[in-house]
Amino acid sequence: MRRGGLRTAAFRVAVLLVLVVAWEAATRAAGSAFFPPPSTIVERMHAMWFSGSPATLFLTDAAVGDILPSLGRMALGFAGGALAGVVLGLALGLSSRVYDYLDGVLQFLRAIPPPALVTVFLVLFGFGLRMQLAFIMFSIVWPVLLNTADGARSVEPLHLQTGQVFRLSRTERLLRVVLPSALPKMFAGLRLALSLSLIVMVFSELLPGTTNGIGFQLTTAYVTFDLPAMWAGIVLLGVLGYLLNEVFLVVERRVLAWHHAAQRLT
Amino acid sequence: MLEIDNLSHVYGGGTPNAHHAIEGLNLSVAEGELLCIVGPSGCGKSTLLRSIAGLITPTGGQVKVEGNVVKQTPDNLAVVFQDYSRSLFPWMSVADNVALPLRRRNMDKKQREDAAREALESVGLEGAARKYPFQLSGGMQQRVAIARALAYRPSLMLMDEPFGSVDAQTREDLEDLVLKVRGHHQMTIVLITHDIDESVYVGDRVVVLSKAPAHVVGDLKVDLPGPRDQITTREHPDFVHLRAEVGRLVRGHATV
Repeated sequence: MRRGGLRTAAFRVAVLLVLVVAWEAATRAAGSAFFPPPSTIVERMHAMWFSGSPATLFLTDAAVGDILPSLGRMALGFAGGALAGVVLGLALGLSSRVYDYLDGVLQFLRAIPPPALVTVFLVLFGFGLRMQLAFIMFSIVWPVLLNTADGARSVEPLHLQTGQVFRLSRTERLLRVVLPSALPKMFAGLRLALSLSLIVMVFSELLPGTTNGIGFQLTTAYVTFDLPAMWAGIVLLGVLGYLLNEVFLVVERRVLAWHHAAQRLT
Repeated sequence: MLEIDNLSHVYGGGTPNAHHAIEGLNLSVAEGELLCIVGPSGCGKSTLLRSIAGLITPTGGQVKVEGNVVKQTPDNLAVVFQDYSRSLFPWMSVADNVALPLRRRNMDKKQREDAAREALESVGLEGAARKYPFQLSGGMQQRVAIARALAYRPSLMLMDEPFGSVDAQTREDLEDLVLKVRGHHQMTIVLITHDIDESVYVGDRVVVLSKAPAHVVGDLKVDLPGPRDQITTREHPDFVHLRAEVGRLVRGHATV
């Protein structure tokens, strides 16, 4: 941990606490039905999702119905999109000519906001899980693909020459030289993809044809005017996004330890 | 061992910016010889090395290693580059860096590990196997690069200004290291340097290149009493005489 890291962490918690307390005070003073106080939201989250028996890790049936399907969709979509992005990105990065030819097309595809394509995916896959997964994968594949390709293109020339001199096989060059070189940029793309997958996952669950998931829970709470439940869903999404990012950073720090250490030296 | 026949290389041939790096260079190196190639900066030394290593295809002439014309990197050739920090793979431990090229030598994992350990021992880095390159000093990293080349058991080792990026003390240690490992391993070494003293101290023979386009302007046999020693060898009258001669050859053609 950095010097003063503990202090920073303490301040971080303090800022969060102050904000929550301020929000609590403001919402209580206002007494608006649209903005329930945080304590109400947390109570609702607890009652709705986390008051189950210890055997189910305190998760209620509603939690199993709301959270797990969402995480499942997100995990599958993220895995599929990330895998496709890494494989295609490496292939693309290895040939500078193909990269140059396709760069414009890829930038164009990436620039399209995914929600705008929802209708296209509905036409192709209809409502339901297949459409949701395809939609998530398509949305997140671009940052992974472009970053991986960029990383694979910027391999240190002397590393390639070293591989050539010691006559590494094509597979060795790809897996032991090009892939590790591309990792830092690949991880930057994956991190973007992770936060994006949470967003498009929820979006895909707001669509008709969904019967479970956090997005579905949000819609249900909204149409039944159950505002604390709606806020509970929002807070839950924020917490999930935060936790997923933290887990990702831990993994990245492990995988890229050599990279971070080498960078600190220069 | 190594025959270079009328070698020429032009970068950007046919354009107004064409650069003639090498022109009509002839050179032959005998088995087991330690040849130092010295020349002024930018004279095409690295181009020569890259042609021998098969990293570039020369535009004229040919290079033969053990009788075979070089088209791609010859099987029994290893290179130690100047820029160790960019030649070692930072994502691999020191031992993995050394062992990586051995996969195609039909060695199993155990044999590769043993060979890596042995090579690291011979460069005095037995304790660093599990470390990563960034945890080592520049001189130690270059030792790893030398160990990688040694473990590969080449019959020809090329060294491209291998000590150009380390401090003076480390440089002397590494020069002695080359002399030491050379005694243990049967191999031919071609060492490229711009350091005149180094070429005379390390080499059995010193070849002086002209400025670009490079060709051979001097070929001197170094006949110094062995074993070489950083202090006594460098004060030996023959050493002083030879380094002056090499210096005149380098300078004579470096400044017109």
